[in-house]
Amino acid sequence: MFKKYDPLKGEMLEIMDKKGKITNKEMMPELDDEKVIDAYKLIHYSRMVDLKAVSYQRQGRMYTYPPNLGQEAAAVGVSTVMRDIDWLVPAYRELGAYLTKGATPKDIYLYWGGHEDGSRFPGAPNLLPIAVPIATQLLHAVGIAHGLKYQEKEGVVFACIGDGGTSEGDFHEAMNFAAVWKVPVVFLCQNNQYAISLPTKKQTAVDCIAVKAVAYGMPGIRVDGNDFFSCYAAAKAAHDHAQSGNGPVFIEALTYRRGAHTTADDPSKYRSKEEEQAWEDKDPAIRLKQYLMDKKLWSDEQEEELLEKYNKEVERQFLEFENYPKYKLEDVFQYMYTEMPSHLVKQKQKYEEFLAWKESQ
Amino acid sequence: MAIMNMVQSINSALDIKLGEDNKILSFGEDAGVEGGVFRVTEGLYQKYGEKRVFDTPLAESGIIGTAVGMCVSGLRPVAEIQFSGFVYPGFDQIISHVSRMHNRSRGKYRMSMVIRMPYGGGIKAIEHHSESMEALFAHIPGLKVVIPSTPYDAKGLLISAIEDNDPVVFMEPKRMYRAIKQEVPEDKYTIPLGKAKVVHQGTDITVVSFGALMKESIAAVEIAKQAGISVELIDLRTISPIDRETVAASICKTGRLLSVTEGPTSFGVGAEMITLANEEAFLYLEAPPTRLAGFDTIVPLPKGEHLYFHSPERIFYEIKKLAEY
Repeated sequence: MFKKYDPLKGEMLEIMDKKGKITNKEMMPELDDEKVIDAYKLIHYSRMVDLKAVSYQRQGRMYTYPPNLGQEAAAVGVSTVMRDIDWLVPAYRELGAYLTKGATPKDIYLYWGGHEDGSRFPGAPNLLPIAVPIATQLLHAVGIAHGLKYQEKEGVVFACIGDGGTSEGDFHEAMNFAAVWKVPVVFLCQNNQYAISLPTKKQTAVDCIAVKAVAYGMPGIRVDGNDFFSCYAAAKAAHDHAQSGNGPVFIEALTYRRGAHTTADDPSKYRSKEEEQAWEDKDPAIRLKQYLMDKKLWSDEQEEELLEKYNKEVERQFLEFENYPKYKLEDVFQYMYTEMPSHLVKQKQKYEEFLAWKESQ
Repeated sequence: MAIMNMVQSINSALDIKLGEDNKILSFGEDAGVEGGVFRVTEGLYQKYGEKRVFDTPLAESGIIGTAVGMCVSGLRPVAEIQFSGFVYPGFDQIISHVSRMHNRSRGKYRMSMVIRMPYGGGIKAIEHHSESMEALFAHIPGLKVVIPSTPYDAKGLLISAIEDNDPVVFMEPKRMYRAIKQEVPEDKYTIPLGKAKVVHQGTDITVVSFGALMKESIAAVEIAKQAGISVELIDLRTISPIDRETVAASICKTGRLLSVTEGPTSFGVGAEMITLANEEAFLYLEAPPTRLAGFDTIVPLPKGEHLYFHSPERIFYEIKKLAEY
């Protein structure tokens, strides 16, 4: 696959068109219908969590949040490939994959609602916290993969980044270390064409980000990031390549962020309505739904039922977040070190004395 | 008991820990085959093999960032940065992740790593090879910062640092690497982190220092003795967290404090010492707590470095002024 879709020749893997038709039968991955339906459900589940987050933020019940709308296919493609023993090292716009790895909507709301407990992910042993400093997390992925290799443990590490992150020094260092050490990492770059307001052409002088892989000595491939099948097929091939001891792979999923960068951003300042409309027509959920409907695997009734179920479930989890125990002074101090050093004990005590005084007034 | 310099004693500590625990890896630029530019890791690659002791590509952020991932996967990396002056590309990883991952993940991922680096000047080196920037690290919540002053301390402190579950920045005073030799046990021993050592008992004034300046400070104590001033000399050993109890008890006893450090004066360890004196020993003070630190300038290149670094006479001059206050 990686030879056939050579990024240096400007190739892009496309399997399903925007009408949900399979146009590239040769590359169509072997997947049970059930798995495809599960993937479609996951797109909707993550979309429900995502749209509600934006709405709750607008209601003042959450803080700044980065929406995923329109670019769910890559995360769901990876999710369909990942095994329990595989690791996910996120950037911050791969919601479907976190949920697959065992994070709950409550965790997601806790984190973006301003509580560190939202990074604990008790149900997801192989999921790292969201990384805010751009591209720094890629090196952690390489380190984890090195640890797996050294300990002769099975597992592949999926390391996520966006198009903007490829300009950072840590992107270079991580790609280089991964290739030199030949460790099982799959780099997933969601090229949603904007880093906040900056278009990709001002981010990099190459048309196709996947070509960057070539200079590090690893396979790179660009895929239609709004086509679940292309994303899955590339993730599967990359996973097999990495797990077989052949070293890392770089996947560029070409997609589009339909929403704002975060709830604090206004995309109308830097892109046109026409452009947004054109990409709305390529939405990954619409395409996959059409595919399933054509194969008589899905119906509007089923969809309505599913969305109602998700709506209830996600709202229940949001209420769990809102009813989460109040932030305690202890929470500020207790995880700074494995044992609290005396200077922190003292600083905490001083504040408690102030609180006691305030109480007595 | 063997006679070792600091290069040998650090090597011995690494050797013991590598032999004890296969979760420990040692790596850095030229730190494998060659044994490091100062030969601190000499022979370890040959003894433990490339899987345990290895050379990395030339990238400090890469070294520290991958160490974060290794900790997540359950390993205990000991990363070497070739010179502290080259650590800055790795600072983002240190501040953003090494110091924060444990808190961020609410205790799920421990950053049980040591980042070793030679620091400090006085060896007539080229630019970026002479600075003492311990305060930069000590200012970061979540890290521990350890600086040995002797071969004996270096071994015991490094073993403790490697066994510690929190991230430790271990700064090695490069002008002490081969400056003195002393008896160092070949077997394992530890020196607790966070505990200062009273190196010399005295009654008139407390001098607090660490690292390479301990040598000059010890010489200054001798000059002071000739002049009839009894100095209590403390080696901090751990810069963060500071052993407040030991320092405070000494200031309460002597009523005078002189902090002797090499890094730039402003916002440095000396400022912390003076604050400590105010907070813990205010009513015992007989003179203003004082600091002798480096100028707030760039460390001069070799032709001018003698003007920057403190000689024993310079330290004695400050001791005398305070004793006579």
